[in-house]
Amino acid sequence: MLEITDLQRVGLKPASFSLPEGACIAVRGPSGSGKTLLMRAIADLDPNDGRVTLNGEDRAAIPAPLWRRRVAYVPAEPGWWAETVGEHFDDWPRAVPLIERLGLPQEVKAWPLVRCSTGERQRLALARALALQPHVLLLDEPTAALDAAMAGAVETLVLELVAGGMSVLWVTHNPEQAGRVARRILTVEAGQVREAAP
Amino acid sequence: MSDYLTLSYWDIALGSVFIFINAGLSVALELGVHKRILIAGARMVVQLAIMGLILTALFAVVSPFWTSLAALGMVLFAGREIAARQDRPLGGLWSYGLGTVCMMIGPMVVTVFALTTVLRSDPWYDPRYAIPVLGMILGNAMTGIALGISGLVSGLDTRRAAVEAQLMLGATRRQAMAPVIRQALRSALMPIINSMSATGIVSLPGMMTGQILGGVAPEQAVKYQILIMFLIAGGTGIGAVAAVMGGAYRLTDNRHRLRLDRLGAEKT
Repeated sequence: MLEITDLQRVGLKPASFSLPEGACIAVRGPSGSGKTLLMRAIADLDPNDGRVTLNGEDRAAIPAPLWRRRVAYVPAEPGWWAETVGEHFDDWPRAVPLIERLGLPQEVKAWPLVRCSTGERQRLALARALALQPHVLLLDEPTAALDAAMAGAVETLVLELVAGGMSVLWVTHNPEQAGRVARRILTVEAGQVREAAP
Repeated sequence: MSDYLTLSYWDIALGSVFIFINAGLSVALELGVHKRILIAGARMVVQLAIMGLILTALFAVVSPFWTSLAALGMVLFAGREIAARQDRPLGGLWSYGLGTVCMMIGPMVVTVFALTTVLRSDPWYDPRYAIPVLGMILGNAMTGIALGISGLVSGLDTRRAAVEAQLMLGATRRQAMAPVIRQALRSALMPIINSMSATGIVSLPGMMTGQILGGVAPEQAVKYQILIMFLIAGGTGIGAVAAVMGGAYRLTDNRHRLRLDRLGAEKT
């Protein structure tokens, strides 16, 4: 259970909600309303105030790198720091089944990153975060660059992991997708986070 | 040691003709830098003239107080120059403070080391040795430190997504910044490496030629120059490492976040 109490930062009004284990909440709202700010604040990537706990453990008591392994954030435009795909994975064997589920061949390991399309990068970034086996996954438009079939593969994989106990906060512009993956919906408008009727 | 040719003011005025030729070329070719050439030239004349007066006075008194005051003044000016060379300075006091502090832990320490152990001037703070040695080390370390800081800032700025991607996957700030830090330090050390490689073939360093013009035997002048190059390399290395590490510390926080919001406004 991820519990968020009065989480706030510049551009984000105090937000409180909880994300139970094995649940997926969709986050919706216009561009620039603060969805990404909310995700970054939960992952503790920007200065923020408020109390965030995971299974009762206070975030402030957990070293930030460890926190981010437990609460993994996958941004809409993921970053890359090395030449080849494989160098971005700590534990390649663990990532292989995830990568294959996302429609990419094992050989992708040796590919130079510049050769990968935006959609391929988006799937690789998701696999990279999932390989950490996080308790909570913060997804920011994970299927924006994918065709319907690939978006379906992402949804299926994530929902399977949710059924296994992972919690997900899923930012999406697509109302149908929100309906498919989540029972609860949060809306963000002008920095104000609200629970919406499903 | 008095068999050198003295210069009169007329000799200098004759030499200045070339500055005016440069300025004239700037006007003719519409480079738009004639004003800056003339101002820079005038600044150099005034600064050196003042330095001459100060050195004369310092040499006359040989006082630890006045010598260290002059040294401190030089370090402060160098710190200001480092801050002025940044396109995107660190915000607040850090913009000026980081370079200045690093000048103290790099060049100052190396200078004192050289004066007390190698040169063994008597007293060790004798301004005739202390001030020129410090000046030469400062001038070079300043370039290295300025390059190091701007390399760090521009590296973190352009590779922000890459650094944050590592942080998001649970890397510590040290791990995430390591490639940028290495790159910044390499660019800080490049000038001194290049100048050591070229010295003696392409360029004859100012100090050595100065000593030779002053009547010192080339062999002695060469020894001095070698020592100074070692000191410069040492001062630049220590100063640049301190500056880049300090900057990296400042641009992240203890929650391992990248804090580019701590940078000052970009200069236009």
